[in-house]
Amino acid sequence: MVRSIGAEFQKVLTTRMWWLLAIVLVGYVALLSGGFGAFLGWTVENPDAAAAAGGNTTLPPGIDLAPLLYSFASSIGYVFPVLLGALAVTSEFRHRTLTTTFLAQPHRGTVLSGKFASQLVVGAAFGVIGFATSVGTGAAALAAFDLETGLGATDTWALVGRGILAMALWGAIGVGLGALVPNQVAAIVIVIAFTQFVEPILRIAASLNDVTASIGRFLPGAASDALVGASFYGIASPGASEALEWWQGGLVLFGIALVTTIIGGLTTWRRDVS
Amino acid sequence: MSDGIPIEITGLTKRFGAVTAVEDLSFTVEPGRVTGFLGPNGAGKTTTLRVLLGLERPTAGTATFGGAVYRDLPRPLETVGAALDAAFHPGRTARNHLRVVATAAGIRASRVGEVLEQVGMSEFASRRVGGFSLGMRQRLALATTLLGDPRVLVLDEPINGLDPEGIRWIRGFLQSLAREGRTVLVSSHLLSEVQQSVDEVVIISRGRLVRSGSLSSLELDASPRTVVDGPDRPRLAAALDQAGLEYTDGRGGFIVAEPDTGVVGHAAFLGGVELSSLHPLKSGLEDSFLALVGEGGE
Repeated sequence: MVRSIGAEFQKVLTTRMWWLLAIVLVGYVALLSGGFGAFLGWTVENPDAAAAAGGNTTLPPGIDLAPLLYSFASSIGYVFPVLLGALAVTSEFRHRTLTTTFLAQPHRGTVLSGKFASQLVVGAAFGVIGFATSVGTGAAALAAFDLETGLGATDTWALVGRGILAMALWGAIGVGLGALVPNQVAAIVIVIAFTQFVEPILRIAASLNDVTASIGRFLPGAASDALVGASFYGIASPGASEALEWWQGGLVLFGIALVTTIIGGLTTWRRDVS
Repeated sequence: MSDGIPIEITGLTKRFGAVTAVEDLSFTVEPGRVTGFLGPNGAGKTTTLRVLLGLERPTAGTATFGGAVYRDLPRPLETVGAALDAAFHPGRTARNHLRVVATAAGIRASRVGEVLEQVGMSEFASRRVGGFSLGMRQRLALATTLLGDPRVLVLDEPINGLDPEGIRWIRGFLQSLAREGRTVLVSSHLLSEVQQSVDEVVIISRGRLVRSGSLSSLELDASPRTVVDGPDRPRLAAALDQAGLEYTDGRGGFIVAEPDTGVVGHAAFLGGVELSSLHPLKSGLEDSFLALVGEGGE
């Protein structure tokens, strides 16, 4: 088991995908945390000019900008650990390296567990990178407009810690998805489509009604935001006020990761390798 | 090298839906020799090897290394080195590929440099596999099999894609591995490709065993025939018919199923036919191989 985890780390670190995705993560998060932070900072500083320009922000009064900006690392960045986790499985099918992998470790469950554990750590590392970016750029933007950065508050750092945990769990969910959908192109399309279109639409649609809202909060992205404790979705759809507790959100994510990995492990992962 | 480990295939059957790839196949591969596992494409060679290595589940029967199935071997790569398809992640370097395998199998990292040296790839160690030729991939696959210094080697079509120098090298290499007491099983769809490096042959066709034994026993099978030709083919044919000889139409004349050229010459003399050539046809190993796999075939 230790060997499989070690080998899976080496597999990630000896190819280029991890740092390509890390660079995109940094760019994406910096753009949103820094850019959005600067924009919101400007509207707070110049409410009249913003209103005159038609930029009537729906920002409720008294909302704390800092956690919102910092949480971009996970609320939009979670797609990256999912992708890397899925690729850890699907690339073995795509490049037909499963033969070599299973010859070195014929106990397939051990191999999949190694991927699960290693992608938890890789996801956490992406969390560290993402939050370093969002806190760095977000705090810089807020400080530029003399707004509260919250860097002195323990709440902020608790949010960062929960965010890193969320990113770790997303890496494991990627492994489960890859095991369920071993076709690499299909897995990538599912990740992008679900995280960028399907779930956001479902969440907003679910928030329109009390019954659906209580189901909608179990959507993985909603559970992730509940775990982290802040998200721009909370502002985009204020109706969905009854989010899960942070630990419930974490359990939902862990459950999704575990169930998908086990189902994948009992189906596609056990098939003949030819 | 301590005692050798035989490969034992017993009553092996593998079906994919309605298609039977391997049917009731049994044979043993002994240590200390190079055994050629031969058969035309689609005969079931690769399926047999994949079942043997635990990558596919058999429908019936067993395939073991000294009595143990692959997944029950305590340290599989240190017992069996197998190269099936030379498939690697294209973005990984040769050295890193070997490092990953060594880590997964618990083999000390210093073996990586040693096996690269052994297959003559040290200078390509830091190159990405994506840029490798098929021959270099084959060498890297072979290096992977050697990582655990295994007592059994299973190689699927290892000569595919090698240049003449590489072919000469691998022949000597396989022989030296067998001389150290290792069990070496090498598959190929061409007997001529491996006949200079194998001691034993196992021949299958359409998933069934058609022959197993020493290479020299196969040689005895090759029954000699006679080639005869003349300017007037129809009259020559009539003369052969008259003498009751079996023949087929060949490019260089009639191929007569008769080892004695004298008998054929006499038949022509009796028919009063002029001959332009009359000589024995040396049928090679390849012919008897093709005859064997043909029997199990169409």
